[in-house]
Amino acid sequence: MILNEEQQMLADLSERLFADKASVDTLRAIRGGRHDADYDTALWQAMVESGLTGILVPEAHGGMDFGLVSAGLVARETGRRLALTPFLSTAVLGAIAIGRAGHAEQQKQWLGPIAEGSLIVALAIDETGKHRPERVATQANAEGDAVTISGEKTLVVDGPNAGLFVVSAMHDGKPALFAVEAADSGVTVNAVTSIDTRSMANVRFDNAKAQRLDANDNAFDDVLNAGRAMLAMELVGLSRAVFERTLTYLTERKQFGLRIGAFQALQHRAAHLSVEIEISEAMAFQALAAFDAGAADATQQILAAKARAADTARLAAAEGVQMHGGMGMTDEFDIGFFMKRARAASELLGDANFCTERFAQAKGY
Amino acid sequence: MSDLEEFRAEVRTWLEDNCPEEMRQPLASDAEHVWGGRKWEFSSDAQRVWFDRMVGKGWTAPAWPKEYGGGGMSADEHDVFKSEMNRINARSPVSNFGFWMLGPALLKFGSEEQKREHLPEIARGEIRWCQGYSEPNAGSDLASLKTSAEIDGDNFVVNGRKIWTSYADRADKMFCLVRTDPDAKKQAGISFILLDMDTPGVSTRPIQLISGESPFCETFFDDVRVPRANLVGEMNQGWTIAKYLLTHERDNIGGEPPGLLKGRDLAQMALEAVGADDQGRLDDPMLRADIARLEIDAMAFRALVEQTRAKAEAGEGVGARSAMLKYYGTELNKRRYNLMMDAMGGLGLEWESEQTGGGRYAREWLRSKGNSIEGGTSEIMLGIISSAVLELPKG
Repeated sequence: MILNEEQQMLADLSERLFADKASVDTLRAIRGGRHDADYDTALWQAMVESGLTGILVPEAHGGMDFGLVSAGLVARETGRRLALTPFLSTAVLGAIAIGRAGHAEQQKQWLGPIAEGSLIVALAIDETGKHRPERVATQANAEGDAVTISGEKTLVVDGPNAGLFVVSAMHDGKPALFAVEAADSGVTVNAVTSIDTRSMANVRFDNAKAQRLDANDNAFDDVLNAGRAMLAMELVGLSRAVFERTLTYLTERKQFGLRIGAFQALQHRAAHLSVEIEISEAMAFQALAAFDAGAADATQQILAAKARAADTARLAAAEGVQMHGGMGMTDEFDIGFFMKRARAASELLGDANFCTERFAQAKGY
Repeated sequence: MSDLEEFRAEVRTWLEDNCPEEMRQPLASDAEHVWGGRKWEFSSDAQRVWFDRMVGKGWTAPAWPKEYGGGGMSADEHDVFKSEMNRINARSPVSNFGFWMLGPALLKFGSEEQKREHLPEIARGEIRWCQGYSEPNAGSDLASLKTSAEIDGDNFVVNGRKIWTSYADRADKMFCLVRTDPDAKKQAGISFILLDMDTPGVSTRPIQLISGESPFCETFFDDVRVPRANLVGEMNQGWTIAKYLLTHERDNIGGEPPGLLKGRDLAQMALEAVGADDQGRLDDPMLRADIARLEIDAMAFRALVEQTRAKAEAGEGVGARSAMLKYYGTELNKRRYNLMMDAMGGLGLEWESEQTGGGRYAREWLRSKGNSIEGGTSEIMLGIISSAVLELPKG
C-alpha cells in the first residue's frame, strides 16, 4: 500500500511537528526529574493543537475520525524521536476502547476530553510480566446495575497520569472491558520507573466502581489489534532513526585510515538491516490498512507486523550499539535510548514470540 | 461495468472454454514445462491444444504489442489476465528465456528490424533462447568477461567460453555478452549479440548439478561467425542492456517459488507429514515456530513487493529495490525449502521413487541453493545496496 494525498500531508505534518517539538533533551530531563511531568507536556500540547490527539475520535466528538494508517504515521514519529507522550494509551487505545465499546453516554462523556487532550486514558489488562490477555484474575462483581472490580494490573502505560482506566476483568466467565475513574477511592496507582522512561504503573483495584464497556463484542480484539499495530509503527520509526544515526557514524568514523563504512563486514550487515527495515515498514502499513478496511485477516497481518517490527528494531538497536563501538555503550550517545525503547515496545501487548505463536494459531496449525 | 471488468469477464470466459482440464493441474515435474523451440516435442495432446490456442490469441506474451505477436495488453489488463490465469491454476502455455529476458530487452533496445524478426517467433514458441553471460572466470565479476568478438567484414568472429548457460544444449539461439573492445575499461568494451546455436563452431556440454539434473551447460565458441546485423543496441554499449536484464532477471528470481511449493501451503504439508497434537497444532513445536516465522517474513516480503509495484506504477523511482527484493526473496526461498525438508523427513531422502515424483523434494531443495547465487549472489546484492542505496564509502 502507498499513502494517499491526505495521509501524505499528515505524514509531513507529523514529521515537522515532531522534528520541531520532540527532542532527546526532553527525554533526558524527564529521566532526571527535571521536567514538569513524566511525559513531554509541551509536545502533547502541540499535538492537541494540531488535532492529533483526536485522530481516531469521531467528528461528532471533536475528533478527525481518521484511520489507523494515519495514526500510525504519528506513532512512527514517536518512535523516531523517542517522544514520551500518552499518544498510544489515550489517542489510540483509549479512543478505540471508548469509541468502539462505549455506549452513547460514555462516548459523550469521554471522547471529547480525549480529543481535547484533557483526559489521559490508560489500558490496564496485563497481570503478569508476559502479555496474556486471556489470563485474567481480576474479577467484576455486579450487584444490580452497580459493578465493582477487584484485582491488580501491571505494565499500565501512562497509568500515573490517567484520569480513566480501561480494565479487563472476568465477567460471566470471560474477560471483558470496564471503565474505572482514577479518582475512585478503590484505585491505587504505584508509578514504576521504566527502562525507556515511558510512564508506567502498577495499579490495584479494590472494589472500584466500574462501568461496563460492552457496546460491541469485538472491541477487546480491536483494542489489542490497534495497540499492536501502533507499537509496530513506533518500532519501525525507531528502527529508521537508529539506523540513520548508525549510517552517519559509518561514514564519519575513521579507523585503519578508512571510514569504517568502507569495510565490507559492516556494509553487508548495514545493507541487510536496511532490507529488514523496508520489509517491516511495508508489512506494518499493509496491516494498518487491513484493519481500516475491516479485512478478514487483519489480525494475522497485525500479529505479523508486530512480530517483525520487534525483531527488526532489536536488530537495528543492537547493530547500532555494536557499530558505534565503545561510544554506543555510553549514556552520552543517544543510541542506548533506542535499544531501551525497542525492548519496551517489543514487550508491550505481546512480544515477537507471542505474536508469532498467535499467528500460527490463527492460521490453523 | 468498467472496461477492465468487461475485459476480465472476456478473459475468464475464454480461459474457461479453452484451457484443457489437464493444463489446470500443477506440474508433476519440471519435464512437463513447455519450453518450445525447433526441437520441442509435446508430451500430451492437452499441452499442444493449450499451446496452439494461446499462441493464436497472442497470449503467450500478453503485454507485448500486437504487431510483434503479443497480446497488446496494458499493465492493468496484464494484471487482470495473470489473476485470471491463477484463478484456474492455468499452466504457462510456453515459456523460455526469449519471453522472460530477450523479449523485454529487444522491446527496449532492439532495432525495428530485430523486433520484427525475433519477437513474433518467440511469441509463437518457435525459437527457444538461452542466455550467455557468465564465464568460468567472470561470475560475480561479470564485467571482466573475456569471450571475444572481432570484426571481420560483415561478421563478428566469436571465440571463448560461457558457463551456466541454461539449457544451451536444447536452445535454438543465444543472446550473448562479448568483448568487442579489449582495450576499453571493462564495462565499456562489451557488446550484446544474438547468435544461432547451429552455427559452426558452437558446442555445448551439460553440467550435472548437486540435484542430479543438468539445467545448465558450458558453451564453447571456436571461430564462430555471427552477422554484424545481430548486434543489439550500439557497439560497446552491451553492459547497459546486460544491467537492464540482470535487474529484470532478479525480479523474476525473487518472485514466488516455482516447482512443488507453488501454490501449496507449507504448514499444511507439514501437518500432513508430521501430524498434529491433541489441540490441532503441528506436532513439532520448533518446526511450527520456524514455519510461522517464515510465513510472517514471506507475508511481509510480499507487502514490500506490492508496495514497490504500486510505487513504480505511481511513477516513483524505486531505485535499487530490485537488489533488495532479489536478496531477500531468494534467501526466503532457501529457508522455505529447508523447512519443507524438515517437514518431509524420510520422504525428503528419497532420490528415485514414484511417491516423490523422482525425488522432487530432495532435488528441488538442492536446486534452491542456487537461487542466492544465480543472477548475482546475495553478497553482490548487499554490495549494490551498500553503494547505491546506503551510499557507504568505497573501500
